[in-house]
Amino acid sequence: MMKNGQLITIQNLIKDYPVGRGFFRALNDINLTIGEGEFAGLIGPSGSGKTTLLNIIGSLDVPTKGEAKVLGQSIGNLNTRQSAKLRNHSLGFIFQTYNLLPVYNVFENVELPLLLLKMSKDERRKLVDQALDWVGLQDKRKSRPPQLSGGECQRVSIARAMVKSPQIVLADEPTANLDAKNSHNILQTMEKLNEELKTTFIFATHDDKVIQYLHRKISLDDGHVVNDEQIKKQ
Amino acid sequence: MLALKLAYRNLMGARLRTWLNVIVLSLAFVVIIWFKGVINGWDQQARRDTIDWQIGGGQYWQENYDPYDPFSIEDSHAPMTETILKSVEQGELAPILISQATMYPEGRIQSISLRGISPDQKVIELPTSYLVNDENGIPAIIGERTARNNKLAVGDYVTIRWRDVNGIFDADEVKIVHIFKTNVPVMDLSIVWIPLEKHQEMAGMPGEATILITSKETGFKEDFPGWNFKDHYFLLSEIREMIEMKSVGGSVYFVVLMSLAMLAIFDTQVLSIFRRQKEIGTHIALGMTQRQVVTLFTVEGAMHSVLAAILATIYGAPLLWLQAVVGWSMPAGTDDFGLTIAETIYPAYSLALVLGSTMIVLITTTIVSYIPARRIAKMNPTDAIRGKIQ
Repeated sequence: MMKNGQLITIQNLIKDYPVGRGFFRALNDINLTIGEGEFAGLIGPSGSGKTTLLNIIGSLDVPTKGEAKVLGQSIGNLNTRQSAKLRNHSLGFIFQTYNLLPVYNVFENVELPLLLLKMSKDERRKLVDQALDWVGLQDKRKSRPPQLSGGECQRVSIARAMVKSPQIVLADEPTANLDAKNSHNILQTMEKLNEELKTTFIFATHDDKVIQYLHRKISLDDGHVVNDEQIKKQ
Repeated sequence: MLALKLAYRNLMGARLRTWLNVIVLSLAFVVIIWFKGVINGWDQQARRDTIDWQIGGGQYWQENYDPYDPFSIEDSHAPMTETILKSVEQGELAPILISQATMYPEGRIQSISLRGISPDQKVIELPTSYLVNDENGIPAIIGERTARNNKLAVGDYVTIRWRDVNGIFDADEVKIVHIFKTNVPVMDLSIVWIPLEKHQEMAGMPGEATILITSKETGFKEDFPGWNFKDHYFLLSEIREMIEMKSVGGSVYFVVLMSLAMLAIFDTQVLSIFRRQKEIGTHIALGMTQRQVVTLFTVEGAMHSVLAAILATIYGAPLLWLQAVVGWSMPAGTDDFGLTIAETIYPAYSLALVLGSTMIVLITTTIVSYIPARRIAKMNPTDAIRGKIQ
């Protein structure tokens, strides 16, 4: 169970990947706790293990050793159905390349997580409208991803992640494909949602534009946490 | 239900790619149903014509009669008992006396089967009413094929020679009083029909017959000593075997068409799984299990056949209906092959045929869609999200 508003608890986490006859250690002895409403970032250079850690928190991957508890559930002990349920109900994902379904329009893309939650049509419409209001894309609801700019695609992706009001949103390099102006727009939107809805945001990034918005910077290098810094925002 | 909804959305979203597959599959649907309909229509027509023209409700064969042994013909006759004669009078039986003979059209020699039948019979559709006694010779009717092969026309006289019961040869002229048209070649090819009494007199076999055809309406079936009853199952066995052989030939078309359609579906599925890895990863990240994604892709593939069935109904149903009404004309000379086949075949479509074909296509499509979709279960979700080729 969660203690003192802690949503994520990671203890002595190790993640190895097989390489040839040996293995590559992507994460080494990670210990972390992340609480409710945090706006935190896993920062570090490429290959530092930030995406691997994000994937484990998102129950898309499992630790080799140690424990990662998300919302009280040990990721390593979940079967596929349980981990799918965790993602379905409590986690939102934002990807670097948006990962929108190209044959769906904006409305349908944002609606998809609610379909998986088996919500009624009226409920889905209400929540999708609300999510599109958050990201300012009501006028694009009938457009398909190829008709949108990169910034708009990422806003759809945010709406899709936020539409079910998850407790945690995991964003992997969300601004990597965006220009500075769009990056700031996206980040301001996410910061606003974090403040208003108390949703926990965890970023994996090495983009300075993102880093300047973070309230907590968890620096990774070579699979280790080398620094964990709370930033006081004015 | 969710898989159905998402699969439908995905297919509609894929637009041209979906409709190309659906069109190919719908063609397979229509052609398979049409071909089977033609075979069914032919089967029904061949059975109907054979019953109407040749076998009625079944036949009694004199115990020595063997249509495949010409040497048995001269011993294959027996007097008709009073019971048989009574049934003949009541129109329940039509006796036929068969003997071998030779015809000399334009001086050529042609072996024939000389058959005597009562001009009053109504058991089969042979137009025997033309066989009324003619002072100018023995009246005879022949089929179109025999007339064409021997260059005979109505009003012609032709010499025939036969052997009587004692083995003595005799000859006379018969007058062609009518040429009939039939879809049943075995009632036509090299057969000359004359009045039964005249034939009995010529052969020295008064009151005798070789076969007795029963009326199809009466369901007549009694035991006559010395006569063996042959039912529809036995008498239609040749047609049944021929249709079965044609059905096997039709299966080749079926397999070829289905293979083409299934290849298109299989290719689409393989390409989809290769191209849509990010989408697969995204579905998993949004909360689907890999098994659910496999189901989604399988349903998506199988739904091609549902859409194809709908499309096939839209354009295929009027086409097939039109064909069933107008029929399919056989090429000239087809009936010379000795097949019981009409000039025009009218395809017959049954609900079982349509539903059976639809189910076969649906099940095959589902299997073909599932095979490549199984790969999804082995994918690493984190690689799939990045679209990394696995």
